[in-house]
Amino acid sequence: MDWSSVLIDGLLATIGPITAAYAVSAIGLNLQFGYAGLLNFGHVAFMLVGAYGMGIAANFGAPLWLGIIIGILAAMALGLLLGIPTLRLRADYLAITTIAAAEAIRLLVRSSWAQPLTNGVFGIQGFAGPFFALNPFPAAELYGFGDFVVTGRKLWVMIVGWTVVALMTLLIARLIHSPWGRVLKAIREDEDATTSLGKNVFAYKLQALMIGGGIAGVAGILLALEQQNVTPDAYLPKITFILYVIVILGGAGTILGPIVGAVVFQFMFFTIDALMVNAQANISWVGDLLTPAAAGQVKLVFVGIGMMLLMIYRPQGILGNREEVLIDER
Amino acid sequence: MNAEHPMAGVPAQPGVPKPDPVLVANGLQRSFGGLRAVDVDHLEIPRHTITSLIGPNGAGKTTLFNLFTGFDEADEGDWHLNGGPLAGISAYQVARKGMVRTFQLTKSLARLTVMDNMLVATKDHPGENLWGAITGGWKTTEAANRERAVELLARFGLEHMTDEFAGGLSGGQRKLLEMARALMMEPEVVMLDEPMAGVNPALTQSLLTHITGLRDDGKTVIFVEHDMDVVQEISDWVVVMAQGKIIAEGLPGDIARNRAVIDAYLGQHHGEAAS
Ligand SMILES: Nc1ncnc2c1ncn2[C@@H]1O[C@H](COP(=O)(O)OP(=O)(O)OP(=O)(O)O)[C@@H](O)[C@H]1O
Ligand SMILES: [Mg+2]
Repeated sequence: MDWSSVLIDGLLATIGPITAAYAVSAIGLNLQFGYAGLLNFGHVAFMLVGAYGMGIAANFGAPLWLGIIIGILAAMALGLLLGIPTLRLRADYLAITTIAAAEAIRLLVRSSWAQPLTNGVFGIQGFAGPFFALNPFPAAELYGFGDFVVTGRKLWVMIVGWTVVALMTLLIARLIHSPWGRVLKAIREDEDATTSLGKNVFAYKLQALMIGGGIAGVAGILLALEQQNVTPDAYLPKITFILYVIVILGGAGTILGPIVGAVVFQFMFFTIDALMVNAQANISWVGDLLTPAAAGQVKLVFVGIGMMLLMIYRPQGILGNREEVLIDER
Repeated sequence: MNAEHPMAGVPAQPGVPKPDPVLVANGLQRSFGGLRAVDVDHLEIPRHTITSLIGPNGAGKTTLFNLFTGFDEADEGDWHLNGGPLAGISAYQVARKGMVRTFQLTKSLARLTVMDNMLVATKDHPGENLWGAITGGWKTTEAANRERAVELLARFGLEHMTDEFAGGLSGGQRKLLEMARALMMEPEVVMLDEPMAGVNPALTQSLLTHITGLRDDGKTVIFVEHDMDVVQEISDWVVVMAQGKIIAEGLPGDIARNRAVIDAYLGQHHGEAAS
């Protein structure tokens, strides 16, 4: 076993652009789930719509910046569309609607019917050029020290990604520490009580769904830029559930929770990954036992065990307040 | 009764007109399946008074509150606050118009501090809309609200709990918090659904003082209560419901002797504690 390469591979992936994109998306989900108590089980659809909004706009010749704005607005519009019919009803209606809509949207964009616009299963490419044209680092140059190095291309995406994480965190911190954020938390606790205090609960929930959705759109755009590709099958339902894991792991309803959750989750995930790849190559019986396909499943089993241990020993997540979680509904 | 009593001279009969009603209801009906939970022909609530709404369990008192405050939809009828129609107006707007209610089953915002519970109860706070939240400029309103909250919490004996989570309060303390929070809205009409339930007798006295204080501050109080001694003590007017209908109205003294009321309560103990 080569422990140092396991660790370095794990760490490099952890600070990479994918983690940043997941953190951004989790920030949006945390606003909805952690602060407003909304059960959005189709969060990945907002990422998809953001990415496709940008990709399709680029196909029509829109400049990248305009495509990005269109992507974000489209993701927010999805929030409006899903929120208006459901947010006046009981909480489970939003959950059911979003989970169904997310898969429906993914199947729609990959269908042959939508192919002229979305290019079906092959997806959209060729929009990221202007983004990498802005890269001040020579793309093939290596940055870092020893084995801990990234290419100039990757460094650029990382810097942009983590800057977006910081900006989104500042936005959420400002909102949550305002009276607006207090109303959101009140709604999470009890809608009737909040209504009786003169708050238009529906409007607040709709705003939270749209803002959180727009932030997920940004995350989808980041992922698409990093991959230079928008394909439907990058937006599987399991992404939504990974994002829930991240939010709960970091501490739902905390400002920095989504970042901590994303980093810790990705570190565990990629380290286990690197560990298994290493073990397969270097330890013969492991190599015999685990095919690469099986290794992917085993990884998820470890994640599941990790979540169970967390829920048992630290239900409030890494940053959450234990006292807060232990308050029972009396 | 002394001559200055605000309701002196108003005949004790169901649906009787009052000199200066703040809330008027006409033909108000609400059924659940075959059960007519509320069926009120005419009801007027006198301004600047404490009106007790009494009646056996299941009489329709809470349902009437829900209808008045927009938490439930009437099948028929109309009702007016200060002459303005309220039918079809959503609950949050009713609260903003100055009619604020509490709930029979206390609704505290558990994972908000006691202070935050109080601060949510505000109208027209510039920081409560998105634009204001982002641009700022809401700190003065916030500071003024906070000052009022501190005063109210002190009045209700909760000042030492200010920074605790509301979910950590005892049942009685939550009743107090809910009432204090309703008052943060500076309502014109306060509707209290069994505010005394579960509050210890020593505290009951101080709560009663607060309620009479509200009236003396010029507010109108409507409250549901099962304890007849309490009703006798503080009400200016009593409205009795049974099976959805108003079966009697009058001064507290008259009500205690009213045949229909005694019949409605038959089998129920005098002064029985609320569930
Ligand atoms: N949402 C509902 N669905 C069905 N029936 C209801 C509903 N709300 C109230 N009822 C019925 O309406 C009647 C009146 O109920 P309500 O809660 O108004 O009584 P109440 O006078 O407040 O009684 P209590 O003193 O026990 O609080 C009851 O028979 C109750 O079962
Ligand atoms: Mg009741």
